[in-house]
Amino acid sequence: MRKAITGHKAVAEAMRQVEPDVVAVYPITPQSEIAEYYADYVHNGLVQTELIPVESEHSALSACVGAAAAGGRVMTATSSQGLALMVEVLYIAAGLRLPIVMALANRSLSAPINIHCDHSDAYLCRDSGAIQIFTESAQEAYDYTLMAQRIAEDMRVRLPVIVNLDGFTLTHTVQPVDLLEDGVAKKFVGAFKPVYPLLDLDKPVTWGPFALPDYYFELKRAQQAGMEVVPEVFLEVQRDFSKVSGRHYAGFFEAYKAEDAEYVMVVLGSTAGTAKVAVDELRARGIKAGLVKPWLWRPFPAQAIAEALKHAKALAILDRAFSFGTMGALLQDVASALYPQERKPVLVNYIYGLGGRDITVPNLIRVFEELPQVKKTGWALRYIGLRE
Amino acid sequence: MPSIKVLAEREEKGVRFTGGHTLCAGCAEPMVVRTVLNAIADPVVVASPTGCLEVATSRFPGTAWNVPWIHVAFENAAAVISGVEAAYKALKKRGRLEKRVRFVVFGGDGGTYDIGLQALSGALERGHDFLYVCVNNEAYMNTGVQRSSATPKCAAATTAPVGEAIPGKPQERKDLTEIVVAHGIPYVAQAAVSHLIDLANKVERAMNYEGPKFINVLTTCPLGWRTPRDSAIQQAKLAVETRYWPLYEVIEGRYKINHKPKERVPVEEWLKTQGRFRHLLRDPRGQELIAQIQAEVDRRWESLLRKEQCFAVGA
Repeated sequence: MRKAITGHKAVAEAMRQVEPDVVAVYPITPQSEIAEYYADYVHNGLVQTELIPVESEHSALSACVGAAAAGGRVMTATSSQGLALMVEVLYIAAGLRLPIVMALANRSLSAPINIHCDHSDAYLCRDSGAIQIFTESAQEAYDYTLMAQRIAEDMRVRLPVIVNLDGFTLTHTVQPVDLLEDGVAKKFVGAFKPVYPLLDLDKPVTWGPFALPDYYFELKRAQQAGMEVVPEVFLEVQRDFSKVSGRHYAGFFEAYKAEDAEYVMVVLGSTAGTAKVAVDELRARGIKAGLVKPWLWRPFPAQAIAEALKHAKALAILDRAFSFGTMGALLQDVASALYPQERKPVLVNYIYGLGGRDITVPNLIRVFEELPQVKKTGWALRYIGLRE
Repeated sequence: MPSIKVLAEREEKGVRFTGGHTLCAGCAEPMVVRTVLNAIADPVVVASPTGCLEVATSRFPGTAWNVPWIHVAFENAAAVISGVEAAYKALKKRGRLEKRVRFVVFGGDGGTYDIGLQALSGALERGHDFLYVCVNNEAYMNTGVQRSSATPKCAAATTAPVGEAIPGKPQERKDLTEIVVAHGIPYVAQAAVSHLIDLANKVERAMNYEGPKFINVLTTCPLGWRTPRDSAIQQAKLAVETRYWPLYEVIEGRYKINHKPKERVPVEEWLKTQGRFRHLLRDPRGQELIAQIQAEVDRRWESLLRKEQCFAVGA
């Protein structure tokens, strides 16, 4: 069923179809409409979910952890400062192996305070242990919200998943979105299997114990094992979703005209859409341009990315946040992935779009134009659309 | 009302909180936990914020908890129990659970008066069905006796030491019980570890009400209060007798003082038994400070009496 809806509505519809036992959510621009739509579903009896209108994002995720440990299927959504407030609990959710799915309406972090898009919030919890998926469109945000349930809840994984969608660009823009029938979506997501639920009164379990140097390391190693199996599960879930949706998802990233490309841009989120237009324009001029847009960012599919990029002459790697004092996080990921390769493309790191700074097709064409001039990978950051 | 016999029988039938934890010798917290859990007949699920009780009872791979128990972080026990209770309601609605389950938080004063106050206030306002028990030993004992907003004025704490310029904690303690009362929840009480049957009665009465219930229980920390390890009960009893810690209930907004000491015992009698106040007896300004402490104890007691007169149970 095709509908013209915002990214918010697309995510909220996916959540309605999942119909979790508990949603605990706190408003923040540009996420609030997800909370509002869901409250509307609850108050109109469309879902049986218990909605907890908490007093902060810290409590939102804390309530989610409690509900998930109790044996419920749980979802939430946030943005920027809200995620920053949640981060303490996000690490705990991952450490407790709780499959909480969260939409993150990407917004810059203060200071200065700014409500518009960049990826500093997602980067903030890069090492939290949460799986992170980036989406280009409202359609992808909808699709991956459903797929995220399956990935999070897979018995080999059992980890929280963040589905990133660019604030305003995706959350507030009306786009055509194909929604699955409710029954099809519900069947795809399947029934929730709680593991050692608190509410199993016959088998009392101690959740969140205190582990000293004699056990802590092994428990964290087990968590890493859960993360290591994600790529395999991700592909399985994509295969199943492609079957039920008729939309083709295969791989950790979308490669757009990248196969024979000499100059490849690597970018997360909605900017990939703009980049595709730039790629087409350069191809029309006879320049072999291409694009790689990772869907799965954590865990980082290093080997597959290296395979896709190793034949290029130069890569423009775009980061929509600083990792202050070093290169952008995506650059670091790609550079590490390529390190074992004998032949390595030249890498150029661009910082772009901070605090919602507009990014245009001409901006990205200029990146492709200057890429051949760079002869060696260096450590100087370049900026797109910055006044200096 | 549960007698000692009933409490003991329940414990014999199924121990909810076992020995083998690592709480200090002379710590009275286990008595509070056992009494509260034994006073509840239904199955319980417990949450605790970070603190002495949490650290000492859940060292992996062991546990002292024979009931489902969860710890997440320091400031969020009330939010965590909100989630547990919401999941319970959701699963019940969907027919996946039948039994009546009760939800209890045991939090220290740090996790309740200070860092956890926002989460507590939120959970009280939303009306989740749970009992919050503050196991109040009046400082951050787990991390080494740092001052909290429950620490009494003039008490020595490691972050409010007795110095040449400032003799211990300069501020009065926060009246958390009255802050909770202001939320308009059905049941609020103060109790003390010296009066365990009173505590058990309060838990039982609290459990008659749907919604949030709160009991602030004074307990003692021999390490932080610098008192003999066999004196926890006497310490708490003296706090009650000096009217420093009144035992009272606020049931649906109606006040009832459970114990009115017949004699007026000066608060100094309680202060002088504890190392954390020792400086007051030596300091030339000590008598003046003790007089200030006494004045605040009197003010709070008078205020409580007036509230009981105006809003008595059954009035």
